This record gives sequence, structure tokens and C-alpha cells, in this order.
Amino acid sequence: MVDATPRMERDIPPAEVPELELYHPKSWWTTYVFSQDAKVIAIQYSGTAVAIGLVALVLSWLMRLQLGFPGTFSFITPEAYYQFITMHGMIMVIYLLTALFLGGFGNYLIPLMVGARDMVFPYVNMLSFWVYLLAVLVLVASFFVPGGPTGAGWTLYPPQAILGGTPGGQSWGIILMLVSLILFIIGFTMGGLNYAVTVIQGRTRGMTLMRMPLTVWGIFTATVMALLAFPALFVACVMMLFDRVLGTSFFMPALVEMGEQLSYGGGSPILFQHLFWFFGHPEVYIVALPAFGIVSDLISTHARKNIFGYRMMVWAIVIIGALSFIVWAHHMYVSGMHPWFGFFFATTTLIIAVPTAIKVYNWVLTLWRGDIHLTLPMLFALAFIVTFVNGGLTGLFLGNVVVDVPLSDTMFVVAHFHMVMGVAPIMVIFGAIYHWYPKITGRMLEDWMGKFHFWVTFVGAYAIFFPMHYVGLVGVPRRYPEIGEAAFMTAPVGNLNAFISVAALVVGFAQMVFLFNLVWSLRFGKEAGPNPWRATSLEWQTPITPPPHGNWGDERPVVYRWAYDYSVPGAPEDFIPQNDPWPEKAAARPA
Amino acid sequence: MGETTLNGFGAKPARPSGIRGVATDWASDQRAFKSASWGKAMMWIFLLSDTFIFSCFLLAYMTARSSTTVPWPNASEVFALHMFGADIPLILIAIMTFVLISSSGTMAMAVNFAYRKNKGATVALLLATAALGATFVGMQAFEWTKLITEGVRPWGNPWGAPQFGATFFMITGFHGTHVSFGVLFLLIVARKVWRGEYDRGDRGFFTSRPGDYEHVETMGLYWHFVDLVWVFIFAFFYLW
Repeated sequence: MVDATPRMERDIPPAEVPELELYHPKSWWTTYVFSQDAKVIAIQYSGTAVAIGLVALVLSWLMRLQLGFPGTFSFITPEAYYQFITMHGMIMVIYLLTALFLGGFGNYLIPLMVGARDMVFPYVNMLSFWVYLLAVLVLVASFFVPGGPTGAGWTLYPPQAILGGTPGGQSWGIILMLVSLILFIIGFTMGGLNYAVTVIQGRTRGMTLMRMPLTVWGIFTATVMALLAFPALFVACVMMLFDRVLGTSFFMPALVEMGEQLSYGGGSPILFQHLFWFFGHPEVYIVALPAFGIVSDLISTHARKNIFGYRMMVWAIVIIGALSFIVWAHHMYVSGMHPWFGFFFATTTLIIAVPTAIKVYNWVLTLWRGDIHLTLPMLFALAFIVTFVNGGLTGLFLGNVVVDVPLSDTMFVVAHFHMVMGVAPIMVIFGAIYHWYPKITGRMLEDWMGKFHFWVTFVGAYAIFFPMHYVGLVGVPRRYPEIGEAAFMTAPVGNLNAFISVAALVVGFAQMVFLFNLVWSLRFGKEAGPNPWRATSLEWQTPITPPPHGNWGDERPVVYRWAYDYSVPGAPEDFIPQNDPWPEKAAARPA
Repeated sequence: MGETTLNGFGAKPARPSGIRGVATDWASDQRAFKSASWGKAMMWIFLLSDTFIFSCFLLAYMTARSSTTVPWPNASEVFALHMFGADIPLILIAIMTFVLISSSGTMAMAVNFAYRKNKGATVALLLATAALGATFVGMQAFEWTKLITEGVRPWGNPWGAPQFGATFFMITGFHGTHVSFGVLFLLIVARKVWRGEYDRGDRGFFTSRPGDYEHVETMGLYWHFVDLVWVFIFAFFYLW
């Protein structure tokens, strides 16, 4: 049942767990560096993720320079280009998006939104960040070793990933990549156990699961999925590491390289693909579900209307999460699977469109006749919906075997997944940062810089990826640094590629404005007050902004209602916070 | 780890039983698992995740074994020991399995005595469990040594498919690492019980509220899991 009816004080059970004293930091080091406070850890996670994400952004510029103006930049060799695409993909998907959504937003928002004082295991939570940082450092180290980082493509398909013909294959690149991934998974597991247990067992009085903001539902479901999907990647990484270092043949068939018979034999490259995509497809939704959740809250708050179909939204998140574990082989239609597998995986893939469509309809119906404030978070939320629908529709193309086979490994695929799991979640991340920055810092981000950032990013993303669909449809393959002369590679295609590259550079520049805004507003932003968006969820009701260690002062909040009481008829204001017992009695609000 | 164990805390309201009780718990506030502490819930979720790791390892092994074109070494010959003038198949592994399953028995008894607050018996049984676990790891080291001296390597072996050595060392090694860490943590928990840290509720790692011994049970969950995984490894590696 949706807990939409406010609960009376007497109906809320007493606290089941007595409060436990938190470890209070005693020095600067334990307050800001080796901090056990989930909010500090969140900022550490976010800062690291954004920093490594900037590296990936620069790599994307270099790739676009090569694709747009082939032959112009002599330092971009084919080897270097492969290294750029590999590191760009890996960093963006895992070290930026996964870490930022779960480690960043998860850490900051889960305890605040469920009314907890901190994560349930603060020390393990701290370790999680430091292992993540170590994983990032190992990844960065691979840029500086002889031979450079691996150039195997972000999917790291064997056998080529560990052969001499691939950059980093027979040097340190691939080893560091695999070690870094293993570390990331260990670090994530420590954090993920925290996020999951905090949601299941650490909520405040009155906070039932069906009263949680959808942000928490999205992050929680994604965390559980990640805990079940990352093991497959872990196993694949360990096995490939053994293939590379110990000379085992898990993934390596008998091979002749440069006229020489290698000592490998009997392994199955397809096994790696299955393991990788058993992780890889849920990973898409590990990134998407937090975005789904966050965007629901942004839309509801900034349209001053309760989310449409809350219960459906929750179940859609859970069903998408479950279904995403049985669709993985739709990434492998051209791998030579039995056609019946293709039939099965195409069917499950298309079934996912149903709960996803429910979510899109519900977002649109939430906006319907809402009091839409075109604030920055709302602009980004709207951009997300449009972009996600676009990317999702091309997903329906690619989910069908007969359509996918000719489109496979073309730029159409690149355009599709950048729209659906690149641009769309990034839009939500921007929206979320504009939304929660006032809570984190106490100041608003500068509006005109944000508007500039939004329009350049939004229009620019379409300038990049719409033409890319066409480039793919005419047959330009992905992962080729240069096509050269080909019948389908006509002059318009070359011009389009140049256009895409210019657009990419412009969008990249706009992100610098955003980063400048983040720093500038820290000092010069407008004072925000505790609840600038007049939002209902608990994180806006903390007694002090930004919330200190322990979040809630003397008493944890008591929750009387769901998170979506906007524009309730008869209420004194157009929003009723979750810890407001109206109409039973008047509430105490932070000033 | 901070800990909020609940055994013995507060009055427990009557709850409906069966499926209705499950629904009531999940619809309630604060906690979905009304009798599980944070640590216990975490251990269950961790074990679920770990199950996926071992499943992937075993599935990879089965794929390798069923798709190889060269013969797979015969388990009853490879894992035989030459004792008393005869080759006895699977004798070592039978003893290892017996030792590990016995350790699960002592662990279960340790949990029982912990809840009765019988410190002496708990410590003795935890140490017995650790000793049995260490014995298991030692015998595994013996088995590895034997196979290595016979020429088994991750990249090949004298009898057939090279994936035999690769999967064997990888999977038993990963399991043996689990057992070794388990032994380490058994000793830590035994020390804490012995020093009465659970009676006082000392701060630090693996702590509890005063008078609460639930950590022994959480430790037991892990230990039984490692034991259960071994049953599958035993079945798929040695009996197949």
C-alpha cells in the first residue's frame, strides 16, 4: 500500500533500536580526511569521480579530434586512439557514473532521506572510499607505465585484450586495468553493504519502505543489483588476470600470432562475454535506476505535485532491476549464439520496455497540469526525459536481432548508448547537483552560469549524438580511428564527423563553466537557507544546514507522511514535510 | 563496526506469523528484518553476493570442462593417495570434507553456548572450530603440494585438459582463502569472548551492545556458508 495517508502520532511505533553513539572525530584528519561521516565520504567519492571523469572527458575530445579531422593530429596514433576509447568508456561507466551515483549520492542522501544519523557501518564506509581511491590510482598509473593503458575496448574482450597486438596487452596496461577493477569491486562491496543495510534496517520512526523518496528506492535497488552483478565481473577479471599472468587458458583458444603458435589452448572467449555482460547489462541499470529515482524527486518537487503513481514507480524500479539480469546476451547477437537464445533475449529485452515506459508516462503525468518551475534542476530533469525516450527508442531497434545484426558495431550503437546511459544519467547528475548543492554547502549555484551550462550541454548533446545515429546507419563502424576511402564514407559523412567533433569540444567547454560555478558559488553564491526548494523529504528538514555529523541534533525525525505531499488542499503551505504531523498539530520547522 | 544488536532489548510486540508476518514486517517502519541486527543483515547480504562469485567460478569451470576437446583428468585417480600399498581414491578429500563439516558442528555448538553466556564453552568451541579450519587449510596445502610435485600447473598437467589445473587452483584457492580468513576471525571473536568484551560492550571492531553475543552467530553464518560452498566444490570437482 502507498502510505499516502498521514499517520497519527499514536500510530507510530516506538524506536526499536536505541541510539548508538557515533564515533566523533577528534582531529582535522579524522574530520575531513579519514572521516567516517557518510556526507564527507560522499564528497570524497564525488570529487574523485569527477576528477577521473575529467580525464575521460579530455580523452573523448582527443577521440573526436581524430574522428573529425583524421590525419591532422600526428600524436594520435591508432594505438593511442584505442587506448583513448578504452579508458574513456571504462572511466565513464564505472569510475564516474557508478561511483558518483552510489558512492556520492548514495552516501549523502540515503542516511539523510531515511532519517538515519549515518550509515550503519561508518568505518567500513570509510574503507570503501579509500579502496575506491586506490582503484582509481591504479587506473591512473596505467597511463604512465611502459606501453601505456590497455587499448582493448571497454569490454576487454579476450583473446585480443591480452595479446601483443593490442596496446597494453603484453605490457602493464591490461594488468593494471584488471587489478583496478578488482579493487573497485572490493571497495564497492564494502560501501554497497552499507547502503543496502541502512535502507533495510536503519530507517527512522515512521519511515516505511513505501514512504521513502524514490531517490532512495533507485539507489537501493541499484546497490542490490550491483552486489549481485559485480561478482561476475570480479570472476571474469580474476580469470583474465590468470590468463595474462599465469598462462592459464580460461578465455584463450589455440592461437597463432605473427606466425607463431601461442601456448594457449582450449579456452572460451564467449565465456568471458557471458560473464562480462552478466555484469555489463545490470550495470546499465545500476547507472539508470538512481537516475530514475532522483529525477522523480526533482520533477515532483519542482512541479509542486505529488509523483504520479508512486507505487507503480517503486515496482517498476524493482521489476526493471530483476529483468535486467536476464537480458545480458542481447549484447552478443553477433557472437555466434544459437538463434533461439537470440529469440529469448530479444523477448526479455523488449519486456523491459514495459516498466520503463510506465516510468516515463508517470513522469509526464506528474508534470501534467503541475505548477512547473523552470529551475535548473527541472530543466535538467526535462532534458533527461526527452533524452531517455530518444535513447530508449533506439534501444528497441537494437534489441531486435534482425535489426541489430546490421547495426551491430556501428556508430549507431555508440549514439544509442551515449544517449541512454551517457547523456541521460549525466543530465540527472547535473540536475541533482543543482538541486542538492544548497543543502551540501548552504549556498545556491549561480543561476546564469547554470542556464548557460544547461543550454549548451542539452543542445550540444543532441548536436553530437543525433548525427551520429545517421553516421552509424550509413555503415560507419565504431572503434575505427580512420575509415579512409569507402563507398559509404561520402563527403557528407566526413563533414558530419567534423561537426560532431566541434560540438563535442563546445559541450566540453561548457562543463568547465559548470566546474567554475561549483567553486565560485561556494564562496559567492546566494545564501540558500535550509529549504530553498520548499521540498518535503527529510534531508531538507535538518536543524542545521549544511547538516553536521549525526545529521539530526538531539532527536531523529519522526515521519508522518510520504515524501510527496505537494499542493495538498487545505494545507497552510504548498508542501508538507515528511516530519510534519499536520493536520494533527502544528509542526516545528527549522528557521 | 558499530553494532546495534537487539537480542534482549525491549519488549517485542506480537506479530502475525507466516507470509502475513513477512508482509507486515516489510510494510513496517525502521526495520524490515525485526529480529536481525545490522551486522547480521549485512552478513546475509554479503553472503548472497559471495554466492554469486562462487556460482560464477563454478559455472566457468563447468563450461570449461564440458567444452574442452581433450580428455579431463580422472578425478578418482588424480585425487587418490597411495596408502598401505594401495591407491585409495578420494581418501584425502573425504577426510578434509569430514573435518570441515565437523567444524560446522562445533561452530553451531559455540553459537548455542554463546547465547547461554557460557564463556568457557564458547571459547573452547570457537578454538576447536578454528583448529579444524586450520587443519583443513593445512591438508589443502598438502594436496596442492602433491599435485604440484606430480606436475600439475595452472597452464597444464600431465593427464589432459590444461583447464583442470587452472580451475582447480583458482577455485580451491579462493575457497581456501575464505577458510583462512574465517580462521583468523574465529580467533578474534574467541579472544573477544574470552576477554568479556561482549559483556561490557567495548568500542572497536565487531562490537556489540553490552551482554550481547550475537557476533558469534554472525561469525557462524560466514563459517557455515564457507562449509556449504565446499560441498558444491566437492561435488563438482571430486565426484564429477
